[in-house]
Amino acid sequence: MTTRHTLSVLVENKPGVLTRVAGLFARRAFNIHSLAVGPTEHDEISRITVVVDVEARPLEQVTKQLNKLVNVIKIVELEDETSVRRELLLVKVKADQSQRTGVLEVVDLFRAHVVDVSTESVVIEAIGSPSKLTALLAALEPYGVREIVQSGTVAIGRGSRSITDRALERVTRSA
Amino acid sequence: MAQGSTPAAPPTPRPTGRSGPAPAAPAIGPEEVTGAQSIIRSLEEAGVEVVFGIPGGTILPTYDPLMDSAKVRHILVRHEQGGGHAASGYAHVTGRVGVTMATSGPGATNLVTALADANMDSVPVVAITGQVTAGLIGTDAFQEADIVGITLPVTKHSYLVTDPDDIPRAIAEAFHIASTGRPGPVLVDIAKSAQQARTTFRWPQAIDLPGYHPVTKPHAKQVREAARLLATARRPVILAGGGVVIAGASALLRRLVDASGAPITTTLMARDAISVDHPQHLGMPGMHGTVAAVAALQRADLIVGLGTRFDDRVTGQLASFAPQAAVVHADIDPAEIGKNVRADVPIVGDLAEVIADLLIELEREQAQHGKPDLEAWWRQVDSWRTTFPLGYDEPSDGHLSPQHVISRIGELTGPEAVYVAGVGQHQMWAAQFIRYQRPRSWLNSGGLGTMGYAVPAAMGAKVGAPDRTVWAIDGDGCFQMTNQELATCTINDIPIKVAIVNNSSLGMVRQWQALFYQERYSNTDLHTGHGTVHIPDFVKLAEAYGAVGLRCETKADVDATIKRANEIDDRPVVVDFTVSPDAMVWPMVAAGVSNDDIQYARGLTPAWDRED
Repeated sequence: MTTRHTLSVLVENKPGVLTRVAGLFARRAFNIHSLAVGPTEHDEISRITVVVDVEARPLEQVTKQLNKLVNVIKIVELEDETSVRRELLLVKVKADQSQRTGVLEVVDLFRAHVVDVSTESVVIEAIGSPSKLTALLAALEPYGVREIVQSGTVAIGRGSRSITDRALERVTRSA
Repeated sequence: MAQGSTPAAPPTPRPTGRSGPAPAAPAIGPEEVTGAQSIIRSLEEAGVEVVFGIPGGTILPTYDPLMDSAKVRHILVRHEQGGGHAASGYAHVTGRVGVTMATSGPGATNLVTALADANMDSVPVVAITGQVTAGLIGTDAFQEADIVGITLPVTKHSYLVTDPDDIPRAIAEAFHIASTGRPGPVLVDIAKSAQQARTTFRWPQAIDLPGYHPVTKPHAKQVREAARLLATARRPVILAGGGVVIAGASALLRRLVDASGAPITTTLMARDAISVDHPQHLGMPGMHGTVAAVAALQRADLIVGLGTRFDDRVTGQLASFAPQAAVVHADIDPAEIGKNVRADVPIVGDLAEVIADLLIELEREQAQHGKPDLEAWWRQVDSWRTTFPLGYDEPSDGHLSPQHVISRIGELTGPEAVYVAGVGQHQMWAAQFIRYQRPRSWLNSGGLGTMGYAVPAAMGAKVGAPDRTVWAIDGDGCFQMTNQELATCTINDIPIKVAIVNNSSLGMVRQWQALFYQERYSNTDLHTGHGTVHIPDFVKLAEAYGAVGLRCETKADVDATIKRANEIDDRPVVVDFTVSPDAMVWPMVAAGVSNDDIQYARGLTPAWDRED
């Protein structure tokens, strides 16, 4: 059975690292569901959040193969219950005079925001868990969705512990 | 490549500093140099004694100071693939890092096969390639290829260097990564502009890789558990792979085999890991393994896998592999453990440390509980050995038996020689019939299965071990892929010997056509052998390259021909042994089927129930 896993991968902030990580997934026939990359509190480290569809045993292979990449510093799997995960959605919805009130009600209901308005449409920004955004899209569907752009999932563990702490030690020690 | 002319390339600036031999006590900087000089200084500091390469437009600046290096010898190969395999052969025989150098574009892409080969067989190789000037990268410039991108999947790591100040660090890291942990190829692609620019050479004092920490010390608890299993198993088998040779753990393996009393089988990459004449040695496992080795793994209650990948050629159909066995799997690469076969006791570490620790724990276990009684197991194993020994029939067409030729080469040349095979039937026979006694005496392309590996790898091996006889055991198909390196051998005084086991066909493919495609021989006839047009004529070809060419067509001449070849030491020798095209490699487990269905000879499968 295939399940979805969220991995936080701390990598050296160097050119080509994302290619190495993405290429590894393709090469080993692992399926990437979403991918998000960004800087961290440390200049020399970037953080890749990757959501993969795998069985449990191949997940161990994914992690081990990722760990073999020289630029990969640390990999942590973030469990649903112990982490917060968010995606950003921008969606352009048809909203002329007749529909606008209905659309805005949906926006309020989901605590989303309108970030652009024209006579024919609005652009809505929403941040949330993948399931919340799916529900929002379903609610907007009847009004006419014109365009969707969605970020990959980013995720962080709950509580005070930081997964970068030890990785930082490594980097600063060797710097 | 060699003729490459980058448009309007300015001449390499002449070094203003010292360009002669390096001082005896190596200075490690700072020195004001060009990037090109920095490359050569880095190779010197890395301890490189030989580079196999070919110059071209974008690596030209580096070839200038290379000419002046008193420490680094450059051997001009005829094709970059040859340079790559030569570096591999050198590395495998010496245990040191092999180095190859090429220009950008086609020079670099020609290296791809050799890098993929080294990657699969865990051979430490550093490839230095020239890249187009930094400002031209990404513009489809003349002889531009994204070689870092192209080789990402087949290298352990790679670097693109555009800042000349990064050269020493990149090269130092490349050598460190290539040679530590699970060894492998590392590519350093250096822009021509970086080679031409002024820089300061400083050899790094320490390697600084926050994401690279190979585990060498095994976990004590796991080793204890492995020892407990090995001390109590009733039907144990030790399965040793190429990692044992790489780790230099052959002597320790021998002690473990002796102490455990268990049968041992060594994979294709480890035919030379322990003397094949050891009384507990069952031969090779897998697709063309012995019946005893294959059957023992299938019936084992414990497999101790040491430095082996449990490759599909070893396991056969995975679901039916060794159904009753608990598996101890030790390897320096954690990703190998559990990749194919589930490990009950995983051990990550350097095999030299793993086996040393395992010996201590095994002796402790045995001191407490006594040695296990393996008599019944050995009775069964020995009955397989006696009933199904490795052997071959003389061909019915009266032509030479390839197995006989290869056996005699081994017997008349002895265990101190280095034997290097290509890929195919001759490779399997060389794995089966040469009596290997010492590590680093058997080289072949195991994982990638690269036809054409033998001649250039033998050349590299001979450079690394000039005092040892080096025999390339090649096929007529393989030989035609890379024999241009005979020119390199003759001109650089690298007297290798090449036995072409010439069955006039792509023999292994022909064997599969005979077995699985109703003897429809589609495109496997090479017209090189007995009674054919002899195109090419290998004897004349050898002579054209300044090598000695010999031909042997009858059994009566085999020994005399081999002896004559062994006596020649001032130039390469090529012997064309025209053998029967109908000889097949047996035993055989067909691809994708269970090891239980091993055929001892065509249509003959052992009746297991009688034995069980």
